[in-house]
Amino acid sequence: MVFRSCWFLSPEVMMAEPAEAAVRAEVRAWLEANWNPDYGLVEWRNKLIDSGWGVPSWPKPWFGRELPMALEMAVEEEMQRIGAVGVAKTGIRRLAAATLLAHGSEDQKRRFLRRSLTGEDTWCQLFSEPGSGSDLAGATTRAEFKGNRWVINGQKVWTTSAHHADWGLLLARTDWDKPKHQGLSYFVLDIHQPGVEVRPLRQMNGYASFNQVFFTDAEVPPENLVGEVGRGWAVATTTLMHERRGADGISRWGKSSDRPGRVYEEERAENATVMEPYKWYPQRAGRADLVVERAKATGRINDPVVRQEIARLLILAKTAEWTARRARAAQLQGRPPGPEGSLGKLVGSHVARAAARVHTLITGADAMLAGDDAPMDGLIAEILISVPAGSIAGGTDEIQRNIISERVLGMPKEPRTDNDRPFRDVPKNLVV
Amino acid sequence: MQFSNTQEQEEFRSVLRRFLEEKSPPSVVRRLMETEAGWERESWRELNQQLGLTAVHIPEAYGGQGFGPVELGIVLEEMGRALLCAPYFASTVLAATAIMQAGTEAQKRALLPDIASGETIATLAFTEPNGRWDADGIEMRATGRYRLDGVKSFVLDGHTADLIVVVARSEKGLSFFTVSGNAPGLTRRALKVLDPTRKQARLEFRGVEAELLGEEGGGAEPFARTMTLAAVGLANEMVGGAERLRQSALDYANLRVQFGRAIASFQSMKHKQADMLVDVELAKSAAYCAASAAAEGDAELPAIASLAKACAAEAYMQTAIHTIQIHGGIGFTWDNDSHLWFKRAKSSEVFLGDPTYHRELMMQVWGA
Repeated sequence: MVFRSCWFLSPEVMMAEPAEAAVRAEVRAWLEANWNPDYGLVEWRNKLIDSGWGVPSWPKPWFGRELPMALEMAVEEEMQRIGAVGVAKTGIRRLAAATLLAHGSEDQKRRFLRRSLTGEDTWCQLFSEPGSGSDLAGATTRAEFKGNRWVINGQKVWTTSAHHADWGLLLARTDWDKPKHQGLSYFVLDIHQPGVEVRPLRQMNGYASFNQVFFTDAEVPPENLVGEVGRGWAVATTTLMHERRGADGISRWGKSSDRPGRVYEEERAENATVMEPYKWYPQRAGRADLVVERAKATGRINDPVVRQEIARLLILAKTAEWTARRARAAQLQGRPPGPEGSLGKLVGSHVARAAARVHTLITGADAMLAGDDAPMDGLIAEILISVPAGSIAGGTDEIQRNIISERVLGMPKEPRTDNDRPFRDVPKNLVV
Repeated sequence: MQFSNTQEQEEFRSVLRRFLEEKSPPSVVRRLMETEAGWERESWRELNQQLGLTAVHIPEAYGGQGFGPVELGIVLEEMGRALLCAPYFASTVLAATAIMQAGTEAQKRALLPDIASGETIATLAFTEPNGRWDADGIEMRATGRYRLDGVKSFVLDGHTADLIVVVARSEKGLSFFTVSGNAPGLTRRALKVLDPTRKQARLEFRGVEAELLGEEGGGAEPFARTMTLAAVGLANEMVGGAERLRQSALDYANLRVQFGRAIASFQSMKHKQADMLVDVELAKSAAYCAASAAAEGDAELPAIASLAKACAAEAYMQTAIHTIQIHGGIGFTWDNDSHLWFKRAKSSEVFLGDPTYHRELMMQVWGA
């Protein structure tokens, strides 16, 4: 009976954070006084940025209010409640803004932050190369300082949105005599120049959502170096951290309202462009949501073996969702995230693969068909040939397991032979 | 659903963990599992006097602590972690739940306080030698007012319980009864079990005089609800054991040196550990959500309970298999502790219905 007294401080007492109620009241009052769907998109976002409610977790000198992340979520909820459009968050813009906020010079922040938040500038991420995928620090695109500018030569790949981006976040090698991580530098590169060629890359599912980007004496002015020469890896790590963190944000931010009003119209147009490369992503995730209905439609629901497979999939999908919610609930309570917060990417691959297997089982011979000969006008076929991307893109399952075992479980790294010598001497891929 | 425990619940957990680490280290588990009873009254009293654990989910009106399935889940998770040898699942989880679900108000007032205080050890006898976990598997007859004839098997702590709650069929249908542990006509035999940390018995009833619990013929609903809540409880117990195994495998991999380095530095070990973490964390989410759904009276509870039972059982078993594999040869010895949890995992995988059974139940409840 020892716990009766201390145990029953009810959850309500804990939830009643005075700060949250005050923040909600303040943002609501501001929105009621200022929100109007007849604004132009950029005009409204500028107003929002100036108020500090656009990016409330950011520092005060740069459009923010220095609120904790949990309260930023509360602000987002208030905006959704009234239907107010937020700052531009889709695609790589968010990564660019977060990276420059952390590592950019005053001049870079002045030039790029606001225009990224308003959506006037769009971005792409120039990290992956044909020769360095999981091992990003093995990049061989070279940046050489010649006269008064950096000259870039090499090739990047898997570049989402490069075909409509204004700027690229470029990781390039500036020193071949230092160990691999120490010879990299980070630049902001103007895509609109003659030395940059963007070509679409066709994937096994037929879409061309990514690009290859070729640099032939492309130029970067010295003021577009982010951080110091040779310290690019630390900057890239910031970008990657935000990429992982935002991996589940696409569905949330990619939705636009169908309400009337100029600001909504302009947001719809923006999303149509930005979200175009992502339109097959739901299929990549396996569409477990379709399985029960499909099995009823094909009659396979009556087969006990199929039922077991469906049940396994539903259990995996449900527990994956609950695990993500556990992580968010802990974050909202301001607790340090437990291991459950680091598993989402890997678990997502498991769900997708299981879903593809079950869709095949349910669909039978029709699983051999594609396009409008295939069930659901080709949607099922699209699932079957899109799922392999999920366990590769944004960090392979194998890399995820390394990260989990090293950072969450504290297991030792494998001995390495590539980072104790000049990068020049490290074995590399032959790039044709 | 509640996706995060309160500060107080987590504090309770850590106090409980320290308590059980002290009271139920592997040396004590090994001593008790070699006895026929499988537990001892002395430490059982301590458990209840110091922390009131037997009373945790029993309402205050019946002498309990008045907490709910979430707190019960925490207790079970920690007991599963410590592999506590005690009639807790039999008495507090199965029997008390059955009485709360089936009993009349007067019966609850009469029976529950002694279970809550730990003075009475009760159990629930429902499964029969046919090994079925559903109501249709129950064949035991109740005749007159009332005499029981038939055989119950796989009864947790059935050979040591003071009070036995029995599910049987009268002419009006499925009904609950109570029988004293030493009733004339009742023959109890301890079964030789694969998991010696959780004892089971076979009970033969020959004209045993029994008292009706609740309404004659009204047992189907209370039985279903009892099974659902028991599945939730067992799922939480299982994730506690799985977490403990996972941690022990990790500790060993960090310690064990082969080929001149800790085996934890090999990718094959690291990837296996990452997979184990995924299995255990997903199962925890299922178990916690099921407890929360039970606390909130969620309409989907029967499906979520079966989901959690199936998920936790597979995670526990898989973790146990990996843990022994990671330990290598030493993992297959009697002296290493891994097999204690491995056997509990195997026994819990089957008890209350295996994962295949619960997946099918889940599909039916969800109308699929």
